[in-house]
Amino acid sequence: MKKLLEINDLRVNAEEKEILKGINLTINKGEIHVIMGPNGSGKSTTANAIFNNPMYTTVGGNIVFDGEDITNLSTDEIARKGVFMSFQSPEEIPGITVTNFLKFAKNKVTGKPVKIFEFKDEIKKYMEELNMNPKYAERNLNVGFSGGEKKKNEILQMLVLNPKLVILDETDSGLDVDAIKTVSKGIEMFKNENNAVLIITHNTKILHNLKVDKVHVLVDGKIVKTGPQSLATEIEEEGYGKYKAGV
Amino acid sequence: MEEKTYLEEVDRNIYDFKNKDDYDYKIKKGLTKEIVEEISRQKNDPDWMREIRLKALDIYNSLELPTWGPDLSVLDMDEIATYVRPKSKLNSSWEDVPEDIKDTFEKLGIPEAEKKSLAGVGAQYDSEVVYHSMKEDLIKQGVIYTDMETAVREYPDIVKEHFMKCVPVNDHKFVALHAAVWSGGSFVYVPKGVKLDFPLQSYFRLNSPESGQFEHTLIIVEEGASLHFIEGCSAPKYNKVNLHAGCVELYVKDNAYLRYSTIENWSKNMLNLNTKKAIIGKNAQVDWVSGSFGSKISMLYPMSILNGENAKTEYTGISFAGGGQNLDTGFKVIHNAPNTSSVINSKSISKNGGKCTYRSLVRIAENAKNSKSTVSCESLMLDDISVSDTIPVNDIRTDDVEFSHEATIGKLSDKAIFYLMSRGLTEEDAKAMIVRGFAYPISKELPIEYAVEMNNLINLELKGAIG
Repeated sequence: MKKLLEINDLRVNAEEKEILKGINLTINKGEIHVIMGPNGSGKSTTANAIFNNPMYTTVGGNIVFDGEDITNLSTDEIARKGVFMSFQSPEEIPGITVTNFLKFAKNKVTGKPVKIFEFKDEIKKYMEELNMNPKYAERNLNVGFSGGEKKKNEILQMLVLNPKLVILDETDSGLDVDAIKTVSKGIEMFKNENNAVLIITHNTKILHNLKVDKVHVLVDGKIVKTGPQSLATEIEEEGYGKYKAGV
Repeated sequence: MEEKTYLEEVDRNIYDFKNKDDYDYKIKKGLTKEIVEEISRQKNDPDWMREIRLKALDIYNSLELPTWGPDLSVLDMDEIATYVRPKSKLNSSWEDVPEDIKDTFEKLGIPEAEKKSLAGVGAQYDSEVVYHSMKEDLIKQGVIYTDMETAVREYPDIVKEHFMKCVPVNDHKFVALHAAVWSGGSFVYVPKGVKLDFPLQSYFRLNSPESGQFEHTLIIVEEGASLHFIEGCSAPKYNKVNLHAGCVELYVKDNAYLRYSTIENWSKNMLNLNTKKAIIGKNAQVDWVSGSFGSKISMLYPMSILNGENAKTEYTGISFAGGGQNLDTGFKVIHNAPNTSSVINSKSISKNGGKCTYRSLVRIAENAKNSKSTVSCESLMLDDISVSDTIPVNDIRTDDVEFSHEATIGKLSDKAIFYLMSRGLTEEDAKAMIVRGFAYPISKELPIEYAVEMNNLINLELKGAIG
């Protein structure tokens, strides 16, 4: 097993408040990991901290990606190393179409020119797989998209940019059953033995078609339990009660 | 690590090249009766025009500087030469324009645009128009497009009826100044029912230091006719103040249409105190598109007077102020008849301590029943030292109207920057993308070559310039 992501004793503050209180997490190439946890436990903070979001301050520990310490790299540098995040609330950016944005971003992450006709075909193919209206390719990035279309557009970006590590931050929240299936399908399409996926979620629907390697339970800024896929089902049925009590 | 270089000035490359101050005649600096009389003599004015000038000078002397808005104390009329005649007469072929002047307009892309997308072009250099030309078929249809001096000479009745009638001489101090020393500008007459498929464009270039440009644009669009007119202006930068006080008078008759696009990219030593008004007839429409990027100080508030029933007007404007710039711009509309409508969309961007003010007037008269007015203005500040302000005046004198006003002042969203950077875009790229997106609804209305230029300008302005 080759390590792709290694988080060591990561401690992170948001506006002076300690959110992550020592996270340890190792993800190998080819794996799917899940982080579950109650609201406010630090799930999204973990995702943002990996990306060095300037809204958060890392006060201890480090993050190693593909053998390189990325703790102090800027967000765009981390993205160009091959990390991708699907946002909970993707931003609306007027004035640039989905296609032109992806062409620009693809060029940035690969450092190579993008051949526009092949690229458009690629986008079209992925959009079909994701049940997206092809007209969205020429619409401004996320502007006026429904919640579901925004999430699908995140998965589209993931497929097009083809990173090494994907973090899905509550991508399934607010989606209906069909849309969740589409997102799962996107993850299946993306997944291979050289990349990895970290899914942050509240519920297990998104996991049904996926082979999950590890489930981590995050409570109050710490991983309190790690287990196999069955742990997710257990939490769905029983909630976080017993883990909270142990804090 | 992250490099933060504050650019004092954007590289304005094509705008900043200077030609030698090589004039045929430059009047001495200052503003006196003798100077105004001398300009009138130099221009071979008819008596009636000389009288307008002298009367205007009296009015200028009797009026105070505006007590609101940007501080104009940097302006010293004793240091401004109000008339500079270039070493060129009016030509109808670029071949005949002197090399250095022709070269200037070529760098600005004017002859090329003329070939590709325009129905006619006028080009003014300092105080006089050096080139004017229009497609043959429009001449046959009775369209007139020429410099103002030719219009005064050849169409005195039309000029007398309209000159300084839409904008009265006593409107404000700089209108009076304009009327006293005006020179150059374009005259357009579109006969009844004639619709132009391609725009006419006049370009105003001020090359001479310590001087002013006072061109007069008079456009008459007769009933059912249609025109798109574009004006562009620029100047190279000098250390001392230059002055631009042009005047634009637009008469748009019943059922007629006029689109008036302006791209102003004056150098940052320019005081741009320009006045523009349109009188709009029944079922007629005037659309203003305005981009203000240059100048040290701008005070520019185009005005639509909706005099006919069902008259419409739209204003779409953007200003971009960098360090040391104070751009005070906006729009005025008077609803003077029933069922009239106005739509105002204004955006401004300020950075490096630049100041943008949106100032507007919406007046809906008592008789303007069932009228509509929608105002939206948005400001974006790129840093903590830049300033943005909104000063709307709404004077609604009847209840039977639909009126809405929205104003937002914002900063670049950190969340949006983070989102774009998470896709591999540098901070600079991310910010430029957001700013271009902010400007897009306006830039898409600009003539295409100016829209491209505006995006380049945003990229240049943002390159390494954001902390």
